[in-house]
Amino acid sequence: MNTKVTIAGVTFKNPVMTASGTFGSGMEYGEFVDLNKLGAVVAKGVANVPWPGNQTPRVAEVYGGMLNAIGLQNPGIDVFAKRDIPFLKKYDTKIIVNVCGKTVEDYLEVVERLGDEPVDMLEINVSCPNVKEGAIAFGQKADCLYDITSQIKKKAKQPIIMKLSPNVTDITEMAKAAEAAGADALSMINTLTGMKIDINRRKFVLANKTGGMSGPAIKPVAVRMVYQAAQAVKIPIIGMGGIATADDAIEFLLAGATAVAVGAMNFVNPYATVEVVEGIEAYMKKYGVEDINELIGAVEA
Amino acid sequence: MAQKKKVTATVVSQKEIAEQIYDLWLETDLAKDAKPGQFVAVYPQDASTLLPRPISICEADKEKGRLRLVYRIAGKGTKEFSSYQSGDKVSVLGVLGNGFPLEKAEGKKVFLMGGGIGIPPMLQLAKELNAQKQIVVGYRNQDLFLREDLSRNGEVYVATEDGSVGSKGNVMDAIFENDLQADVIMACGPMPMLRAIKKYAEENGIEAYISLEERMACGVGACLGCVCKTKEVDHHSHVNNARICTDGPVFEAKEVDI
Repeated sequence: MNTKVTIAGVTFKNPVMTASGTFGSGMEYGEFVDLNKLGAVVAKGVANVPWPGNQTPRVAEVYGGMLNAIGLQNPGIDVFAKRDIPFLKKYDTKIIVNVCGKTVEDYLEVVERLGDEPVDMLEINVSCPNVKEGAIAFGQKADCLYDITSQIKKKAKQPIIMKLSPNVTDITEMAKAAEAAGADALSMINTLTGMKIDINRRKFVLANKTGGMSGPAIKPVAVRMVYQAAQAVKIPIIGMGGIATADDAIEFLLAGATAVAVGAMNFVNPYATVEVVEGIEAYMKKYGVEDINELIGAVEA
Repeated sequence: MAQKKKVTATVVSQKEIAEQIYDLWLETDLAKDAKPGQFVAVYPQDASTLLPRPISICEADKEKGRLRLVYRIAGKGTKEFSSYQSGDKVSVLGVLGNGFPLEKAEGKKVFLMGGGIGIPPMLQLAKELNAQKQIVVGYRNQDLFLREDLSRNGEVYVATEDGSVGSKGNVMDAIFENDLQADVIMACGPMPMLRAIKKYAEENGIEAYISLEERMACGVGACLGCVCKTKEVDHHSHVNNARICTDGPVFEAKEVDI
């Protein structure tokens, strides 16, 4: 039985990854799961310099999901390269670093800095809804996305994954722009912009007013977008959005994702990632699937 | 530090001990690792309320393997918990956070200060702390939950907002009215109370350790949801933010900007 998948020449032992921002750099969840069992750890977004993030409250629960507005707090690339990459190198899993920035130059600085580091792929965060400048501004207009993708592609030594925002009118337009600019893969979806109001205090629950919604409630939207993008482009897609179980992950694979990522559900079940890996194997056995690649995009009309 | 884990605990008993305040005993082997000031995160069964609810440890019976949680109904999750009966199963993540530094207060004259739903962690602290304990607790009214238990572990001073019992006002009023002194303070309660304690401690050159709260998601330090501002650049974040769930919830008052 083969569970390996390959994206832009990088082979993953299985298609299960962590969604950036929900798993730190693996240290915290390493207490609960064996990181060696994961296809890849996708680390939390890192910028050229430390970012303090937003004011609190930064998180709120919503029906079947949550809102977050962390604001990409991160220690900056220097600390990340010195502390987090060596930590992850101890494990037999692929390392994907999520890169964020306020300007194109910020992104390029991090991408170049990572060029000589032992990381397997770069995920470019052009879709965080919680920072005022940069980030999502690049991810909501096709021409901006094309521009930043092609500039990063010129400097990047590792293959690049463009992480797409679902907060757009037509996801296929964005997927095509990234592909045309040379992106090696896409990851989707980032969170959906949402809001929660405390009716007793008549105040916003989040200090940032809006936050990104994640969790099982957004899964149908994510599956639909992965399917649409997979129909529109040839590059591989890493699917995410509300994955809690192997059943959810398989839905994404059938919709056209080559790999999947577990995000907010790590908070609910710290063992979720490894349970998804094991559940996919059980599904393959049950249906006599010899190679996981047979499942990718195998949904029938 | 003991390894964190998610376990299935069994409800031993539960009763309402004050308006909207519940006293829940759980059977779980997490009890043996629990330290005063630490917390657990309890998962509602209702899948529409996904996130675990952080609740402080009120008491830990290490021999019987039982944890006592005293909590207030604050929303859907805690409302669900309040319906649990003996024998019910509940998912719990723990034990979390760092707890109070007992060694800083050993043998000294100490204030253990609790306000409202910040009172529960003072009980296990009072039980384990070997010091001259003055337990100063602030309630809304004459619903003096946990006072009996506390009084078995130290001298108790009460303040009530409505003035029905003890000093009228808050824990600071109780200190002034009774002319109390201490070398070290350990406290948990609402933010205005903690701010007043921080100020009092700084003005009087007293070491103070305060337990903070914030909306949390993961509870284990990964999501960076529950941060507080710190005076110095934090060792983990490399910005002036510490994670309440992991680096706290107990901080030395002078280290945090609240």
